[in-house]
Amino acid sequence: MYPENFRYTKEHEWVLVEGDTYTIGITDHAQQELGDIVYVDLPKPGTTLEQGKSLGSVESVKAVSDVYAPVSGEVTEINGILADAPEKLNEDPHGAAWLVKVKPSAPGELAGLMSAADYEAYIGAEK
Amino acid sequence: MPQASALRTTALNSVHRASGAKMVDFGGWDMPVQYSGIIDEHQAVRTGAGVFDVSHMGEIEIRGPEAATLVNFATTNNIRKLKIGQAHYSGLLYETGGFVDDILVHKVADDDYFLCVNASNQEKDFEHIRSLNRFDAQVELASDRYTQLAIQGPRAKATLQKLTPVDLGGIKYYWFADGVVAGTPARIAHTGYTGEDGFEIYVPPSESVRMWNEVLAAGREFGIKPCGLGARNTLRLEAKMALYGHEIDASITPLEADLAWIVKFDKGEFVGREALVRQQEAGVKRKLVGFEMRGRGIGRDGYEVYLDGAPAGWVTSGSPSPHLNKNIGLCYLPSGQAHPGVAIQIMIRNQPVDAVTVETPFYKRAK
Repeated sequence: MYPENFRYTKEHEWVLVEGDTYTIGITDHAQQELGDIVYVDLPKPGTTLEQGKSLGSVESVKAVSDVYAPVSGEVTEINGILADAPEKLNEDPHGAAWLVKVKPSAPGELAGLMSAADYEAYIGAEK
Repeated sequence: MPQASALRTTALNSVHRASGAKMVDFGGWDMPVQYSGIIDEHQAVRTGAGVFDVSHMGEIEIRGPEAATLVNFATTNNIRKLKIGQAHYSGLLYETGGFVDDILVHKVADDDYFLCVNASNQEKDFEHIRSLNRFDAQVELASDRYTQLAIQGPRAKATLQKLTPVDLGGIKYYWFADGVVAGTPARIAHTGYTGEDGFEIYVPPSESVRMWNEVLAAGREFGIKPCGLGARNTLRLEAKMALYGHEIDASITPLEADLAWIVKFDKGEFVGREALVRQQEAGVKRKLVGFEMRGRGIGRDGYEVYLDGAPAGWVTSGSPSPHLNKNIGLCYLPSGQAHPGVAIQIMIRNQPVDAVTVETPFYKRAK
C-alpha cells in the first residue's frame, strides 16, 4: 500500500526523491480521512517552501486541511490535473495525483522523515 | 482522539465498524460519518434509496390526561391541531425565545405523545419538560427502548413495503402508523431529514442488527446504500432543514431562523411566547438566509459574512451541494439584507470570497 521508496511525515505527506527533484503528495490514509475531495490549492511555481509550514490545502465535502511542506525548497512544478479533477486525489494519491515538485534546499531534512514501515506503524497506532 | 469506549454507541455500532464505515465523535456519540463516501451516499438518497442509523436521536414519551396540555405549553406548534397518527415539527423554547431543541411531536392517542429529539439534547430536553410539568402528565425519557432507522429516497417506500403488511401508500407525509416490520413491532413514520420521500422507523434495540440487514436486503434491487451522518448533513442542508448547534441554539429564536411557521401565537400560552411577541413588536433584527458561492471556495460553519466590506453575520452551515454541484450555505444577516439577490463576501481563510444570497430550499423534490 505505502511505496517503500517514499518518505513520510506525521502530517500524512509523502516525498519521492528522484535526483534533484522531490515530488510531494498526501498519503492514501490522508485522502481516506478527508473523504471526497473537492478543491486542491497549490502554491505557484517559484514559491519557496519551508519545512513544516503550510504549502497549500486540500478541501473535502466535510472539511479543509492544510498540507505541510515535508521538506524545504523551491516549487518547480505543480500538478495541473488537480485544478479540474480534484477527485483524482481520492483515486491515486501515491501516483497521478502528486501535488508539487520541489528543488530541495536542505536535503538533510529527509533523514527526519519516516520509512513506509514506520509510517504504517504510525497510522496503525493512531487508529 | 477520544477512545471509542468513552463515547456513547447505538445498538448498530459493531455493524458500522465491521463494515468499514468511517466513525466520528458526533456530540459524544460514536457514529458513522460515511460508508462509501458522502457524495455517493447523497446521490443514492436523491435517486434511489439510503438507510441511516439515527438511533442516537432521543425519544421522550408524554402520557396522561393532561399530556396534551403539557406538550402544548412546552412547544411552539399547536398540538390541538394534530390528529391521532399525525406528527409535526416543533420548537422547545426557553422563556427568552431561544431554542432548547427542535423536535418532532407524534400524537399516538389523545393522552399519549411521542417526541423525537436531538441526540445530544435529550437529557436537557427531558429535564426542561419535567421542570414545566405542573400538570397531570408522565414524562419519560425512552431513548433506550428505540432503535431509529431512516429509510430515505424515491425508492424508500418500495423498499420498506417489502417488509411490512402496512399499506405505506396510506400513510400521508408527516403521519405515522404502528405496525409490524420484518416481524417486529414498529412505529412507521412518513418523516425524514433529507428533503426526499422516506420513512423513519422505530423498533426495539434487540432487533436492530436484523432490521438493518433486512432493510439493506429489501432495498438491494433499488441500489440502497448504508449512509452516514455526512450525507445526512448535505441532504438536510440542500433541503434547508435546521440543525441544532448550527442554524438554531439557545441564542436564536424561531422568528430569526425562518421558522415562524412552527410558532402558533393564537394557540394560547406557551414557553417563550412573550419573548417572541416582544421580538416581533420590536422587529426581528437578523434572519437566516441561503447563499451560493460565486467565487472559488466553500463558506463553512462559523465563517464571517461581510456586507459592503464590514462584518454583518456568520455562516451556520456550508458545504458543497453534491446534487446541485454548487457550494451552498446558510447564514445570518441583518433582516433588511436577508433576502435573495444580495451580494455578500465570506471570509474564507482570511480572504473575502464573493457569494450571493438565494432562494431556499436549494433542493425541492418533484412531487
